[in-house]
Amino acid sequence: MQGSVQSENLEFIAKEVRKSIVKMTFEAKSGHPGGSLSVTEILTYLYFRELNVDPANPNWPDRDRFVLSKGHATPALYSVLATKGFFDKSLLRGFRKISSLLQGHVVNHVPGVDITAGSLGQGLSNAVGLALAARIDKKNYRVYAVIGDGEADEGSIWEAALSAAHLKLSNLIVFLDRNMIQLDGFTEEILTLGDLEAKFTSFGWASTTINGHSFDEIARAVEWAKKVEGPKMIIAKTVKGKGVKFMENNPEYHGKPVPNEEKLNEALRDIEAM
Amino acid sequence: MMMSNELSWLPDLINKLDKKSVREAYGSTLVSIGMDKNVVVLDADLSTSTHTSMFQKKYPDRFFNVGISENNMMGVASGLSWTGKKVFVSSFAIFATGRAYDFVRQSVCYADSDVRIVATHAGLTVGEDGATHQMLEDIGLMSGLPRMRVLVPADGRETEQIIRYVYENRGPFYVRLSREKVPVIHDSDTFRYGKAETITDGDDVTIMATGILVAAAKIASNHLKQVGISARVLNMATIKPIDRDSVVKAARETGRIVTAEEHSIYNGLGSRVSEVVTESYPVQVKRLGVNDTFGESGKSWELMDKYSLNPMGIVNSVEEIMKVNK
Repeated sequence: MQGSVQSENLEFIAKEVRKSIVKMTFEAKSGHPGGSLSVTEILTYLYFRELNVDPANPNWPDRDRFVLSKGHATPALYSVLATKGFFDKSLLRGFRKISSLLQGHVVNHVPGVDITAGSLGQGLSNAVGLALAARIDKKNYRVYAVIGDGEADEGSIWEAALSAAHLKLSNLIVFLDRNMIQLDGFTEEILTLGDLEAKFTSFGWASTTINGHSFDEIARAVEWAKKVEGPKMIIAKTVKGKGVKFMENNPEYHGKPVPNEEKLNEALRDIEAM
Repeated sequence: MMMSNELSWLPDLINKLDKKSVREAYGSTLVSIGMDKNVVVLDADLSTSTHTSMFQKKYPDRFFNVGISENNMMGVASGLSWTGKKVFVSSFAIFATGRAYDFVRQSVCYADSDVRIVATHAGLTVGEDGATHQMLEDIGLMSGLPRMRVLVPADGRETEQIIRYVYENRGPFYVRLSREKVPVIHDSDTFRYGKAETITDGDDVTIMATGILVAAAKIASNHLKQVGISARVLNMATIKPIDRDSVVKAARETGRIVTAEEHSIYNGLGSRVSEVVTESYPVQVKRLGVNDTFGESGKSWELMDKYSLNPMGIVNSVEEIMKVNK
């Protein structure tokens, strides 16, 4: 369990990441703030407490791997990677702009990014490949991935789920960002996902459900996942748009930034007051 | 003078020819390059048909059957490749390129993954399974993808060389193989990446063929010689990048081009050649291929005859284009 000083530190980082998400998408006049704000604690925890990675040596062969299968949550990932020191924060201003490094969806030519994703349902299969390679090479690294709940509409997620269970990939730890919202509205109104923990358990995964905004619960789940055999699914109950009142649980902000400077300032005040 | 029935595969032309399985050539070459511990092979429940099972037997720890999930297979291949694995994935052409197209586009090509897709059972010569399994659009699908290179061997020997070439070079590659044993063209190693191979030289017309149709073009050219037409035959084993120099040279020196492929006339060899000719040295091009239809059930060589993908089809195309003044 993490000490209180470290927890405060994580909360501070998460706040900075949230501000960056809102600012990046405002500056780009496009992007996906909602699903970035919902995964902020998960990514912050992984990069600042868990992943065995080295920003000075991003391609170190023995590093832990991370796959952002919901590849549109780049505002969160790029903010975390920049904060961690993989690249200069000034690059965030080029997000989604022509001839810039930081594309709209995640690409692995960015330092610190292992896998290109964005067309939903593909990152998890890539994560299975990375985890399988560790077995072939008898290496000890772990593979972490984050998939979306809307992403679980894709059949290929379930192909990958069968595959990971069949291969008994104990080094694969996946978070599912259960924010209940996808582009067109609420997940259960568009295509019922139901009890995802039960579904993954029945597919042969060790599954658990947590509050995805609690660093303590994330920490406990990761420690649990490291001890249990087979692939692990951590269903992280989250709030889409978390931290910005007018974005929270509002499908409109799946893929739309704050509309003006006034709303930007309101969003930043909300985040500061969290 | 050859009789017209000697220009059809059936009743007995195909039986007179020495044939070899390109799938077996693939499997045995995989086994020999498997000495390299970085070679990993994936298949989607067709390993005994694609012959990746030969690799599995020798290197079971580096072979993975992912089940009937071609999308997942392409994603897993990409993940493996980013740890330094040289990955081969196999399935039938219809599934590897059609079913899994978006995974090939995103996880293999856009991601620039070191993956080689070696697909078997391309074209009409799937035979009895019919249209659902007869892939006639794969060259187009794969050629349209940035970073993808597209290779079609004409026989077993060339298959061995091409599989070695894609092993030694970084992916992505698409290699197109057929189910049927195909007539032997080569008795030596002739494959040069990105270069057309001259099978026979000629001045009146150039026949550019790929895959099984190279054998048909060779037979057709012998027939044409007897009726006084000098045909150049080029084996286009590399479809992308196309050998622009050889295409332009053929246009300039022979003034007429016939393309022949076991693929749709759209977006395959014929289209690639036409693009180069139109841009660089406009002459008449006649495309022999499947004319915007699906296939059907039947015996492989029956189908090839029915759809004119035989020496007769090539001779007819040449005779038609010979009516055009240079």
